[in-house]
Amino acid sequence: MKLAVCIYEGPYNHEASDSAYNFIKAAIVKGHEIRGIFFYHDGVYNVTKLMDPPQDDRHIANRWSELGASGIDIVVCIAAAKRRGIVDDVLVPNVRISGLGQLTMMAIEADRMVIFGD
Amino acid sequence: MRFTQPGDVILLMEDGVYGAVSGTAKAPLVEAALARKVRVCVLGADLKARALNDTIKGTEITDYAGFVDLVAENKIHSWL
Amino acid sequence: MSEENKKKIMFTVRKPPHGTIYVYEGLEVKLIMAAYDADISVVFIDDGVYALKAGQDTRELGIKGFEATYGVLVDYEIQKVFVDRKSMEERGLTEDDLLVIGEDEDTEEPIRPKMVDSSEIAAMMAQQHNILSF
Repeated sequence: MKLAVCIYEGPYNHEASDSAYNFIKAAIVKGHEIRGIFFYHDGVYNVTKLMDPPQDDRHIANRWSELGASGIDIVVCIAAAKRRGIVDDVLVPNVRISGLGQLTMMAIEADRMVIFGD
Repeated sequence: MRFTQPGDVILLMEDGVYGAVSGTAKAPLVEAALARKVRVCVLGADLKARALNDTIKGTEITDYAGFVDLVAENKIHSWL
Repeated sequence: MSEENKKKIMFTVRKPPHGTIYVYEGLEVKLIMAAYDADISVVFIDDGVYALKAGQDTRELGIKGFEATYGVLVDYEIQKVFVDRKSMEERGLTEDDLLVIGEDEDTEEPIRPKMVDSSEIAAMMAQQHNILSF
């Protein structure tokens, strides 16, 4: 199956980011294709390299960057990002800022779209 | 719950797992769905994190692998 | 692409407006998607029906409102806009409370979202390729 995942919430503040990550990892183990990951609303905060959590806790932005390094298309919505001060300069590697057209294409092309948020 | 049809599956996760705990004011809603042949699954990792044990009879505890299978087998509506 | 081949994408709106940004940013997604080849429908359920209440004035709050943007949904070719009847009744709202989403080309009569029963919505949901919730 081609799966697309959207995350609507910021990191740490809400469980959405963790649920999405765990789901994606399980999907990869099962051999599904991740068509794309799209961050919207406060989800855009997930990929800032300025994130500096305590050492004994998961580093959410780095986890997304590692997934991106494996070839998965990780997209941050430009409109939502601009509103929240997330720009190219603060992004972790292997993610990109783009438009809502990308969300549209994921919704159309993926067999399943799963949204994590409130 | 009123938008589910028999044969549909509901997955309770994150704070939604509280809905699967037996004996609460919301339990009748879940029991009614089960009676209509709606499957109700609950994400075990979220139950454990919240130290919840007593789930409503008829609900199915699953894991992330099970979650992925449910997604593959069914059309998805993320109910936010 | 013919109607039959277009992917059916449904948007659900279950949250009230302004307290959070979900409804507003969700509307932005709909407008962008309208430019693509998809069979779009929008369904307002539970507190989402409040987003359709006519007469929203956000000036004193100092935030940007979007009732006017809903007013051009039909212009953007988003015609399938539905409201859950039960959600409306539970909140004491009637069809007269609903805002306008466009104008009939010929008669210039205002077009409003269509009230439907939960069972009709459930049936529509079963036909969708993907459902996006806001």
